[in-house]
Amino acid sequence: MRGATHAKWAVCAVAVALAATACGGGSNSGGGGNGSGIVRSSWGDPQNPLEPANTNEVQGGKVMDMLFRGLKRYNSKTGAAEDMLADKIETTDSINFKITVKDGWTFSNGEKVTAQSFVDAWNYGADLRNNQKNAYFFGQIDGYDKVHPDSGTPSATNLSGLKVTGPLTFSVKLNQKFSLWPDTLGYAAFAPLPKAFFDNHSAWVSKPVGNGPYTIENYTKGSQMSLRKWDAYPGTDKAQNGGVDLKVYTDNNTAYTDLTAGNLDLVDDVPASQLKNVKADLSGRYINTPAGIIQTLAFPFYDPAWNKADSDKVRKGLSMAINRKQITETIFQKTRTPASDWTSPVLGKDGGFQDGLCGDSCDYNPTEAKKLVQEGGGIPGGQVRIGYNADTGSHKEWVDAVCNSINNALGNDKACVGLPTGTFADFRNKITQKKMTGPFRAGWQMDYPLIQNFLQPLYYTNASSNDGKWSNKQFDKLVDQANAESDRAKAVKIFQQAEGVVRDNMAAIPLWYQNGSAGYSDKVSNVALNPFSVPVYNEIKVS
Amino acid sequence: MGRYVIRRLLQMIPVFFGATLLIFLMVNVMGDPIAGLCGDKQCDPATAAQLEKEFGLDKPVWQQYLTYMGNVFTGDFGTAFNGQKVTELMAAAFPVTIRLTIVAILFEIVIGISLGVVTGLRRGRPVDTSVLLLTLVVISVPTFVTGLLLQLLLGVEWGIIKPAVSTEATFSELIVPGLVLASVSLAYVTRLTRTSIAENRRADYVRTAIAKGLPRRRVIVRHLLRNSLIPVVTFIGTDIGALMGGAIVTERIFNIHGVGYQLYQGIVRQNTQTVVGFVTVLVLVFLAANLIVDLLYAVLDPRIRYA
Repeated sequence: MRGATHAKWAVCAVAVALAATACGGGSNSGGGGNGSGIVRSSWGDPQNPLEPANTNEVQGGKVMDMLFRGLKRYNSKTGAAEDMLADKIETTDSINFKITVKDGWTFSNGEKVTAQSFVDAWNYGADLRNNQKNAYFFGQIDGYDKVHPDSGTPSATNLSGLKVTGPLTFSVKLNQKFSLWPDTLGYAAFAPLPKAFFDNHSAWVSKPVGNGPYTIENYTKGSQMSLRKWDAYPGTDKAQNGGVDLKVYTDNNTAYTDLTAGNLDLVDDVPASQLKNVKADLSGRYINTPAGIIQTLAFPFYDPAWNKADSDKVRKGLSMAINRKQITETIFQKTRTPASDWTSPVLGKDGGFQDGLCGDSCDYNPTEAKKLVQEGGGIPGGQVRIGYNADTGSHKEWVDAVCNSINNALGNDKACVGLPTGTFADFRNKITQKKMTGPFRAGWQMDYPLIQNFLQPLYYTNASSNDGKWSNKQFDKLVDQANAESDRAKAVKIFQQAEGVVRDNMAAIPLWYQNGSAGYSDKVSNVALNPFSVPVYNEIKVS
Repeated sequence: MGRYVIRRLLQMIPVFFGATLLIFLMVNVMGDPIAGLCGDKQCDPATAAQLEKEFGLDKPVWQQYLTYMGNVFTGDFGTAFNGQKVTELMAAAFPVTIRLTIVAILFEIVIGISLGVVTGLRRGRPVDTSVLLLTLVVISVPTFVTGLLLQLLLGVEWGIIKPAVSTEATFSELIVPGLVLASVSLAYVTRLTRTSIAENRRADYVRTAIAKGLPRRRVIVRHLLRNSLIPVVTFIGTDIGALMGGAIVTERIFNIHGVGYQLYQGIVRQNTQTVVGFVTVLVLVFLAANLIVDLLYAVLDPRIRYA
């Protein structure tokens, strides 16, 4: 027995010794938040190859934001589009634009940024043969249907609406009036590209070169990217730290644990399960700011049962039966804000966000809700089945809560149930094939902070993301009118009128605005998220 | 012996094709992967069609499978949606997972077998009872609980290790994850060895060896242990495959970018090429491990002969 006790202790000792060597061996990665001033940030493996016109999610967006500067850039606080590389963008008719690029900009490999760098990049992005997922951004430029036809092969390689008129000037012709078009140019898809991108594409993709405040020092696909400050960066928004190490985490819980252990400086996706502890764990180093994302419930207007004369009353009734405040507070721990219009607070008042535009229809009022649903002829089929995808984003919790709220308001236990679909891809398939039989989850993440982007793609007849296939002549007319209006303030006003049409018909039930959240270590300061919920890395200070 | 090996190798062929076909069909049942590539938006139809063509998704499933298998035999495992070659992903992921598996197997062999021998020789004594109780606890606690608990205690509270493994994933960093990964199997190995030792201890050849006056150490190691190891070797052999493919939970907790991570990512993004490619290699590992186990029998027990 004594021998065995010895053995047991020996085992314990070995385990401890091994663990101790583990900590000794692991101290090799970068100097952390001291001296060298490197920000260590969590990251996820980008879903698509890192090309500006092919990056449509936050993880790739982080790299694009550090690596590229376009003609415009969205102010990280107000969301307003401000000139970056653009010297001036002039138009008289909202169709033909003359763009002058500022002199003195170069890519980090020394090549000058010229008008040609933009035109080449945009032509590449629009061409169907390059499989760029953001190609539709160029859809407003004349000649898009030639390089990116809906079916068949492209008959041209260049957008006919783009013409280089000088080393630093080019002209753009749109295929319809769009007065706010220059404001869309802050999106990564419109970034300029160096010649190296076209000459040796695979080498460029494995180590992208841009004109932003950082350069890539090294990139191990799937695990880590080290970006360093580019000292010769000509812009005014120079990096205020020595660089950024993006580290891929499979699970945001691990990233959060690493942050609390002091091995990471910035986690921009705080896991839902930790929201309760985050304030205590990080002693206030937590930000929770609006992002340009709104969650709504869309309706299948192709289903006659949901598209009767009085159906708008049922939709308004359902909207009033949802206790948004309670759900955002209990389920989302205030990382969502109850919605009272169909845009997003990141637009700001001038940009068209109007708090309370929805009015009574978005306030919780169970008695009125019950009355309206009855007046509208009751719920089609006697039951609302809210469609959602079960694999990501923990939608089940809030869908169940919304249903509970509706059931309580209508005094009927079976008035509403959730209808899960296994995977996101399958869910999208059902929507595009018009197979939805009841309201379904619809999220919209803006492409650029413009009121136009929250309305036209979602509610215009046959628009690309009009998932419910809603159609209204008056709305379409107002949108056309707003796009043709050259005065910005007036255009926003008309867009708001169009939004009023959406409200009067309750084309979709607005649920809540989504926030971006981030936690950071005590080594960094001045951390903020931009309207796309991407951390503003170049402004982070390391102490 | 040679003929036996050849026969076993031939038997692997149908198993290999069956397993890959099953996986291929299962991944395809999940629906159109392209639809999930554009976030909450609808992919623009022209780009979606172009992507489908490029990944060969516009063809019938049987044709996709044949093309895929044809490519696999020329060493081309296809391309993941993020533009990386699957072989590249494998080159990055397998070394990490193999290191993790080696650490785990070492734990199983060293700790598991020695605990098994100790308890087997002292059956019914307090040591035996307490180790048995301990293994029962380890078996009944799920891996993710052990993993998260160790990560919190050693990584955050006491600061002995880093909670997440770095990109290089060196052996020393993998010790704690390896222990977590091995914990359940380790308990099984202990129990198997213990039973086997306890049983063989009363066998005639052990009594003979003791009667001949052989030293105790020699009796235990050369005679008793060697004969008792057969079930343990079987278990460890099959466990190699299970550890490599089943490390998803442990790899997620400790942020290890190995096979489990790539498989998880592949499944979430419905990336047929990645999933089928990795599973194919795992099937091969399983088959090879099984063959080696069977051959080891003959080494351990000379009475077993393969013709």
